[in-house]
Amino acid sequence: MTAIEIGHIGTSGAQYQYRTCKFTGRRVERSAELLIRANAVAAVVFLAVGGLFGLLVALTRWPAVQLLPADWFYLVLTGHGANVLLFWIIFFEIALLYFASAVILGSRIATPKFAWLGFLLMIVGAVMANYAVLKGDSTVMFTSYPPMLAEHWFYLSLILFAVGALIGVIVFFATLVVAKAENTYNGSVPLVTFGAITAAIIAVFTLASGAIILVPTWLWSLGLISGIDTLMYKIVWWGMGHSSQQINVAAHISIWYAIAAMTVGAKPLSEKVSRFAFLMYILFLQLASAHHLLAEPGLSSAWKIVNTSYMMYLAVMASMIHGLTVPGAVEAAQRRNGYTRGWFEWLTKAPWGNPAFSGMFMSLVMFGFIGGITGVILGTEQLNVLMHNTIYVPGHFHGTVVAGTTLAFMAMTYIVVPLIFQRDIILPGLAKWQPYIFGLGAGGISLFMMGAGTLGVPRRHWDIAMTDAANAYEFSPAAYLMMGLNGISAIFAATGGLLFVLLIVGSVLFGRRLDVPGAKLNFPLHDDSKVVSQYGSEATFKLPGTVTLVTIFFLTFILYYFVNWKYLSEIWQFN
Amino acid sequence: MAINAPTNRLWWKEPIHSIELGWIIIAFLWGLFMFFFMIAWHFIGDQNLSTETYRITTDQFQEKVEAFADEYAVKDANGEAVEINGTPLVAPPVGGDVYILGRLWEWWPAIELKKGQSYRFHISSVDWQHGFSLQPVNINLSVHPGLEHVLTLTPTKAGEYGIVCNEFCGIGHHTMSGVIRVVE
Repeated sequence: MTAIEIGHIGTSGAQYQYRTCKFTGRRVERSAELLIRANAVAAVVFLAVGGLFGLLVALTRWPAVQLLPADWFYLVLTGHGANVLLFWIIFFEIALLYFASAVILGSRIATPKFAWLGFLLMIVGAVMANYAVLKGDSTVMFTSYPPMLAEHWFYLSLILFAVGALIGVIVFFATLVVAKAENTYNGSVPLVTFGAITAAIIAVFTLASGAIILVPTWLWSLGLISGIDTLMYKIVWWGMGHSSQQINVAAHISIWYAIAAMTVGAKPLSEKVSRFAFLMYILFLQLASAHHLLAEPGLSSAWKIVNTSYMMYLAVMASMIHGLTVPGAVEAAQRRNGYTRGWFEWLTKAPWGNPAFSGMFMSLVMFGFIGGITGVILGTEQLNVLMHNTIYVPGHFHGTVVAGTTLAFMAMTYIVVPLIFQRDIILPGLAKWQPYIFGLGAGGISLFMMGAGTLGVPRRHWDIAMTDAANAYEFSPAAYLMMGLNGISAIFAATGGLLFVLLIVGSVLFGRRLDVPGAKLNFPLHDDSKVVSQYGSEATFKLPGTVTLVTIFFLTFILYYFVNWKYLSEIWQFN
Repeated sequence: MAINAPTNRLWWKEPIHSIELGWIIIAFLWGLFMFFFMIAWHFIGDQNLSTETYRITTDQFQEKVEAFADEYAVKDANGEAVEINGTPLVAPPVGGDVYILGRLWEWWPAIELKKGQSYRFHISSVDWQHGFSLQPVNINLSVHPGLEHVLTLTPTKAGEYGIVCNEFCGIGHHTMSGVIRVVE
């Protein structure tokens, strides 16, 4: 079948089944739709498993609760990382890639059978990894640094998962070729698709790095290789570990643009600037794994400084650009929608009751203020020594991956379910609150973990009281307070996460059918006919609200940056 | 809209608006500043991580640490070695070398330093990777087996300091601890 389909490129034929979406007017092909559904469902299942593990981790690290025994804690922590950071996010990203290619471009998906093979491999890999971890002899944490050794199934499961994901990425590229050949769209690809392309290109690099390091590590676990160099492992592993976070960033920023377009009718302020910023991720972010290695021996300062920043933090610049253009596009669109009073009416009258919009905007704000700024601090050669491997690090990346990526993906799901599953969101009154509950929890765990990390609390540590240690170090009471607040925040995040899973599963199974005539959405999309004014043009818009927001952001950034240098200058001298 | 093809087919010829251009310039200059400030701190700052590192076998390193601990062991009035909770206390000479090894699950031995004096620390592991986390100073380093990391440390305040492990190293990770005592 596959071969025949390739032979028919260019003959947009009757063998493909299309429907026209009544809400967006887009052509949706059946196989693309089914693949998006399958990947999205798998994503939500692994989010549920990984999220539960996350709650158990946070409750164990709450000193007053310390829920799990030590061996279970480390086991569950390993499982938490794999399920949420890999399986939830990458399944969702594959769904997103198919959405951004087939649905947005109105094309059929290329080689659907090959895509199903990829999906199957990912499922097998993800289930096998959970089996290996839960069996108990692969408690090596997400990073699996040698010479600590997991069972060989663990490495094999990750390799299978990565191969499956790579197949999904290849199908995405092939779909772009099909869409181009069959002329399903005019001119350049939309910005969201462009963002997805950058994510996919980074994914190829990421999966290649993963193969380069995980295949030898797997052979080592089978006894075919005598050892793995610990420093080399870290350098190559982070080529995967960090770059995979760049896939997330490119993906969730594409989602910001997509949701802004679909909920308030936002168009990019300037296509050139937004695309250039995406392009910079490919050029400058994927290799920047060096900031994980700033506290390592054996790598020169020059190597660290150059590779953590590429001379001028160009990837940070790219994120700062999106940080202006996304709210800027929302502001311009809202002013076109008639909300022109003062500096902030566009924001106060935004559709805050629509979980897609509220989730997107909170993701934007928290990714910038919490995840972004602290990431730069961690990526500064000398400052890194202040918090390397303390719980500040998980605090930072929960700001990026949970408050940023996961919240954006959740927000997108509120659009994907009605449009692709053709079922409406159930219990809209409750769904409205879900992003706020989850966002509050996610923001809380990020901030409180960072607070504890500043006080020296280590990451991946069962007992900061160090009860059984010969020379226990006594952490300050503030550190205990922070870990307790982290536990409370985790309960909020888990409640929001559980609510999300129930709402989405409930909507998919029991939501009102939308494929009947006259069906309306509980959370309507933006109606472009309601645009009341022609607000400015690319050359003349004014964005006082956005300028105020980015000014606050920039001042916060500078202040926090120098606070950390001041703190560094007061500790023991070392060189 | 971002989900449609650009309305202007020649989008790359559109001018960039002044707000965007201004922000790009600010972000670029700030990035450049942050890059040069890391370099500048090597000249103006007192906290820069040494990257002096030697490859060494874990056995060789263990021998060096044991020889160091024997030579500078602190003795009490009866000539008995002083221990802190079972860990021998070692007082290296001012300006001298200090050897600390990480192993499952302790930092060994305990060290006594003089405030305001510099010491050359040699840190390595004899089994898995560990995280050398000096508290409450909050200096955090990665420690690899087979790599001897040498850095100069100058304590600026007297007191009892703890070393915690912050790289996961197995089921006893949370019991891994060490002591550095700084005296006037």
